Amino acid sequence: MHNKTITELAKDLREGKFSSVELTQSYLDRIKKHSELNCFITVAEDFAIESAKMADIKLANGDASPLTGIPIAQKDIFCTQGTKTSCGSKMLDNFISPYNATVVEKFNHSGAVMLGKLNMDEFAMGSSNETSFYGAVQNPWDTSTVPGGSSGGSASAVAAHLTAAATGTDTGGSIRQPAAFCGITGLKPSYGRVSRYGMIAFASSLDQAGPMTRSAEDAATLLQTMSGFDPKDSTSMNKPVPDYSMGLNNSLEGLKIGLPKEFFSEGLNDSVARVIETAVDEYRKMGAEIKEVSLPHMKLSIPVYYVIAPAECSANLSRFDGVRFGYRCDEPKDLNDLYIRSRGEAFGDEVKRRILMGTYALSAGYYDAYYIKAQKVRRLISEDFKQAFSEVDVLMGPVSPSTAFGLGEKTGDPIEMYLADIYTIAVNLAGLPAISIPAGFVNEKPVGLQIISNYFTEPHLLNVAHKYQQTTNWHQQTPKGFE
Amino acid sequence: MEWETVIGLEIHAQLATKSKIFSSAPTAYGAEPNTQACAVDLGLPGVLPVLNQQVVRMAVKFGMAIDAEIPPYSVFARKNYFYPDLPKGYQISQMDHPIVGFGHIDIDVNGTKKRIGVTRAHLEEDAGKSLHENFHGSTGIDLNRAGTPLLEIVSEPDMRSAQEAVAYMRKIHDLVRYLEICDGNMQEGSFRCDANVSVRPKGQESLGTRAELKNINSFKFVEKAINIEIERQIDLIEGGGTVVQETRLYDADNNETRSMRSKEEANDYRYFPDPDLLPVEISDELREQVKADLPELPDAKKLRFKKQYAQDDEIATTLTSSRQLADFYEAVVEISGCEAKLCANWVCGNFLAALNKAGLNINKTPICQDRLAGLLKRIADQTISGKIAKQVFEELWKGDATADEIIEQQGLKQITDSNAIEAIIDKIIADNPNQVEQYLSGKEKVFGFFVGQTMKASQGKANPNEVNKILHNKLK
Repeated sequence: MHNKTITELAKDLREGKFSSVELTQSYLDRIKKHSELNCFITVAEDFAIESAKMADIKLANGDASPLTGIPIAQKDIFCTQGTKTSCGSKMLDNFISPYNATVVEKFNHSGAVMLGKLNMDEFAMGSSNETSFYGAVQNPWDTSTVPGGSSGGSASAVAAHLTAAATGTDTGGSIRQPAAFCGITGLKPSYGRVSRYGMIAFASSLDQAGPMTRSAEDAATLLQTMSGFDPKDSTSMNKPVPDYSMGLNNSLEGLKIGLPKEFFSEGLNDSVARVIETAVDEYRKMGAEIKEVSLPHMKLSIPVYYVIAPAECSANLSRFDGVRFGYRCDEPKDLNDLYIRSRGEAFGDEVKRRILMGTYALSAGYYDAYYIKAQKVRRLISEDFKQAFSEVDVLMGPVSPSTAFGLGEKTGDPIEMYLADIYTIAVNLAGLPAISIPAGFVNEKPVGLQIISNYFTEPHLLNVAHKYQQTTNWHQQTPKGFE
Repeated sequence: MEWETVIGLEIHAQLATKSKIFSSAPTAYGAEPNTQACAVDLGLPGVLPVLNQQVVRMAVKFGMAIDAEIPPYSVFARKNYFYPDLPKGYQISQMDHPIVGFGHIDIDVNGTKKRIGVTRAHLEEDAGKSLHENFHGSTGIDLNRAGTPLLEIVSEPDMRSAQEAVAYMRKIHDLVRYLEICDGNMQEGSFRCDANVSVRPKGQESLGTRAELKNINSFKFVEKAINIEIERQIDLIEGGGTVVQETRLYDADNNETRSMRSKEEANDYRYFPDPDLLPVEISDELREQVKADLPELPDAKKLRFKKQYAQDDEIATTLTSSRQLADFYEAVVEISGCEAKLCANWVCGNFLAALNKAGLNINKTPICQDRLAGLLKRIADQTISGKIAKQVFEELWKGDATADEIIEQQGLKQITDSNAIEAIIDKIIADNPNQVEQYLSGKEKVFGFFVGQTMKASQGKANPNEVNKILHNKLK
């Protein structure tokens, strides 16, 4: 039963082929069996079984929603009442949230069963899941490689069938890149589509939560539950939520696809490029028109991102001061010692690096040169996309210049790690929706195709992704040993 | 050398909302520590601020009242610094785009009018409180106050004396209460002030180095703190020293200012726009609504009182010092139908004196406008004399009875019946032959003795005019 999509599982649960408790137990067993992947920070076994029992009652009474009884798992960045919420950090190793994130509330309300909390880069800062206080996560396709990050635990767990689906968050590619590395479907919605309340902030103007699933169809089901205006989040958009499943099978005849030439320039691995070109050909066969476009400022997205994201995070992470919750050093001598040692001992190197960069960029005398300038370039990047979407319906390209790299391969060179996010970051800076779907393999490692669409056109994005998955079976591949 | 003082004030007015500026927790003062702080106020991981729209209205109201520019949009920014009572490690404030732009306030010192510029007013959240007592060497944190809405009102360096600074502060204090956007309670910290003070040789154009005096929580202390700081700076310069830019704390017990931190030790607050909050747009619709809600302002009201009630400046100033008092006065005039002057004398006289003596605010007055009007009516129609009225007033203060009930129950009605007064006078003349003789032999002062005796015998109720008339007749 663990090989099925959510649509299939929901059907089977309704038909009584198995109960939610049985389904949940089978996933819990798999989580235990494959614990070496290190996907979970917390497995909420008792909570999951209790929720499954409730779901079975709902199913029996016929008042179930599409997610009732479906086991999912939450990235450990979402506050869950009563269960540890660590954000992948020693700082919050002892933190039990007194409230639920809005996303968590929505899943609970839908009757989904939460299996546990998924591993991630510390405070979502990283592209390989190696900055987690709880250790690296393995990629089930090749356990010597990284699953990507920061939602690495989510991607690995979905790929290894340890959960039917997972949530992720994406600040600069943290859903799409691990989805690509692990051969699953990962959607970053438009900024403002999903509430950020209760999602521990990394860079507030870029963070967005989204589904990580086995198919575009499943992503539509999860997004339906996650989306919507939240009065607790001033940046969430007060805009009606469309039916994400309705148009999945719409014809792509006449679809205008733009290929940004900057996505196919130097730095892109040749084999990855060929996989993407083959995928684009598949769309051509479905009646799409292909056109080259340009995003001239895209090359500036990495420097812009590494000013804005650290600037925001330097303030967002100030609340972790050892005073009210989280880690506090032993026997502080005085207030300064309390701050310095609590933060010094509990934050990892990557988090410290970004706090330092952000603090520097906001300092008197540097603010205009860094922060203000970065915001100006950010607008230019958005303008590029606006221009592109006046010519085409969607943009396509790779998610990452390469496939999953080896564990430990890039940890010594942060800049190299940062540069690998070149294809995903601009999308966050512009606030656009984008999806990564499996498009083939290079040396038995998955390659993700990235599709970007205009603001709040997720139904269209999902339609374009789903049609591809109707004619290809890349998304149905399972890593060896995890069948 | 002759010195000139330059003063600018930063006033923090706590906005009188029921809930906090970015959360729904209540703002009530004096609760048990940490009982009025929700997840947002505690700065828990994942929480987000949501702007209380009430504070926007209040700030716009203030802006309109000082004739300020109100820009079409304003932006919240994060002011970063670490302190245990600052839960997020940053304060949400406004920097480059405050909600209220340049405006002005007119003050009056010793009859001279002066216009003081208001540079800006911006919205921000208050921090919590560190408690140093009863924690055995540790520090306690109370976050009840964290997130309380503040309007910081920044003046131009337009004031030239402590007296002007106090006049300006009072004017703002009156105004925010008039607008009902701040309760003005200085003991509870709802209205507090920092003062930037510098001195320069008279005639010099450039400003001297300033010191910022922190946290002065009464009008009296503002005046004292500024004066003592001026003295300190002049002494320092005349003794060959230089003033350094620094933050100083006023110590009321010793009447001195003490250095808190120098410019070098000052934080780099690293302000940047808060990405959790959208820019606040001030629509034309909101402007219209607020404008329509704007009450008559203190200056306009005072002018009207002087004209409508023929009052002198002092009386009009007193009566319009608070909106409630002005409303009370006008209600008394209307209900009693008495002369405005009689009403003003009573409200400014006995009534305010009694309130002050009891330490009460006008909204806590034990005598409502109806009961005071009832008393004044009986003075005007001569049912009671002014002297008896004071006695009735005291009864009004103590209980719930109306003036008429008190007059009736205690038989205080003035005796105007000349026969009754004549009978009393006849008896007094008969009982005091010596005094009669003295008077008749030319000692006119003795007349007062007879008046006094008559009033005493009538328990003050005899109509004094009648008494005079009859006595004159009888003692011819």
